[in-house]
Amino acid sequence: MTSLTVTFAGLSLRNPTMLASGIMDETGASMRRMAEAGAGAVVTKSIGREARDGYPNPTLVELDDGYINAMGLPGPGIDAFEEEMAEAVKGPSPVIGSLFAATPDDFAFLAQRMQRYGAAAVELNMSCPHAKGYGMEIGVDPDMVRSIVREVKRAVDIPVLSKLTPNTHRLLEVGKAVEEGGGDAIVAVNTVKAMAISVDARRPVLYNRTGGLSGPAIKGVGLRCVYELYAAVDVPIIGVGGIETADDALEYMMAGAVAVQIGSAVGRKGIGVFGQVTNGMTKYLEANGMNSIGEVVGLAHE
Amino acid sequence: MSDLVRIEEVAEQGRGITTLRFRFSGGTPGQFVMVWVPGVDEVPMSLSYQGELAGITVKNIGEATAALSSLREGDRIGVRGPYGTGWMIPKGRLLCVGGGVGMAPLMSALDAINEPSSVDVAIGARDAGEIIFDERAKELSQDVRISTDDGSRGVKGTVVALAASMMAEKKYDMVLGCGPEIMLRYLLAACKDAGVRCQVSLERLMKCGAGLCGSCVVDGLRVCVEGPVFFDEQVEGMSEFGRCKRTASGGMTRA
Repeated sequence: MTSLTVTFAGLSLRNPTMLASGIMDETGASMRRMAEAGAGAVVTKSIGREARDGYPNPTLVELDDGYINAMGLPGPGIDAFEEEMAEAVKGPSPVIGSLFAATPDDFAFLAQRMQRYGAAAVELNMSCPHAKGYGMEIGVDPDMVRSIVREVKRAVDIPVLSKLTPNTHRLLEVGKAVEEGGGDAIVAVNTVKAMAISVDARRPVLYNRTGGLSGPAIKGVGLRCVYELYAAVDVPIIGVGGIETADDALEYMMAGAVAVQIGSAVGRKGIGVFGQVTNGMTKYLEANGMNSIGEVVGLAHE
Repeated sequence: MSDLVRIEEVAEQGRGITTLRFRFSGGTPGQFVMVWVPGVDEVPMSLSYQGELAGITVKNIGEATAALSSLREGDRIGVRGPYGTGWMIPKGRLLCVGGGVGMAPLMSALDAINEPSSVDVAIGARDAGEIIFDERAKELSQDVRISTDDGSRGVKGTVVALAASMMAEKKYDMVLGCGPEIMLRYLLAACKDAGVRCQVSLERLMKCGAGLCGSCVVDGLRVCVEGPVFFDEQVEGMSEFGRCKRTASGGMTRA
């Protein structure tokens, strides 16, 4: 009998696939549906203090091997999100509250609210590449990252995950800063800053001009980041970026990820992707005489 | 690479209602496309024509639709898709019920059915100026009836009342409906009373159109993937249908 259960950072998931933040996770009912479809955990849309409409359309460009999005962190704000969380936590998987803010104090405030709403953990979005004053703008500064993680750790008892950007040459310094701040896990990576231009219109397609590239197009980047972080830090790493199949997930786990997040594949492959990936993982374990998916973690480093 | 499409034809369909035709292939009846007017906005639009020369039919109600309505032959727009789940067209006798510009996705169903003796049509609008596609419908159906709220054309009353009278008069196997959500709510009730199965095409604020962002979900179902066409039993289970909608921030507002 093989097991897909993974335990890390104080979390226990029935399988290592998680719904990535920003995908089908703005409402309680949609998060429940993703959990019921097989996601071992669901991460909420990144929520801030106030309601935000996000950017006008176009907010998405569809490519052959991924998407470029600039949604602009839309969300109803932390007060209104209580109702969505109440619904989401009724689902079969732990709910992880993703947060965005500009200061350590605001992150701590939001984390306390998420904890009260029943979140199993919080994920700090220090990596969104398309919202001014938030995300990547603070997540490339190791000192800022350290103080945010430290402040949030002081404020809550639930595990604190930090989602990092690949858009920096200081990735490992930022990863170490998470660890120094007392962070429980690293999520790597957020989208790669990118853009698309309409030749006919002679202008950028996205309203925000630039956005974040996701999907298979960035799998090689995400893998490299997870591989390098695994060698540099001791905290668990959750891999994300272009995962659509069990093999993709196994690559990330062999690179050092204890769990993986799936986002773009929900659009490209459908919500059945969680079941497909976990079925493939079980088959891999059986074919290779392994008992637990945890045995795969870090194999590529040996 | 040509990433925009040229508007090949513009037709004034009714008062403030315009059809734009462009080359775009693919799609099944009831599916939609995301239409980009560079520099203005990108919005979801049902296809009112499918085939080599596809078409969308736009009612001028806001900034994006005003921009679309002002386009002329030779102008260019971005079109991505087609997206979503369209009409399931069963064998048997059908009734199409359209409110205003809601006739658009029904026309692609009528084209696909192309069997005038097996499908009837009820077209309703506030007044005669907003009755659209009646001539085209008559080529595709032997029984096309019209209602207006003010009685300026056809029978006076709602299109749901008209559809209910047709269901009392004839036996149908399926109703296909599209129009304002309040109309669809009453249409579902009328179909239930008459014991006729029903599919309806819903509309929600939509951002990505591709099943990712969750802005268009109704009770967890995506209008852009599982919809826009839903079966009666799916809609009856929706706590948000006919009652509330989500705003750009994802907050809830009463319909």
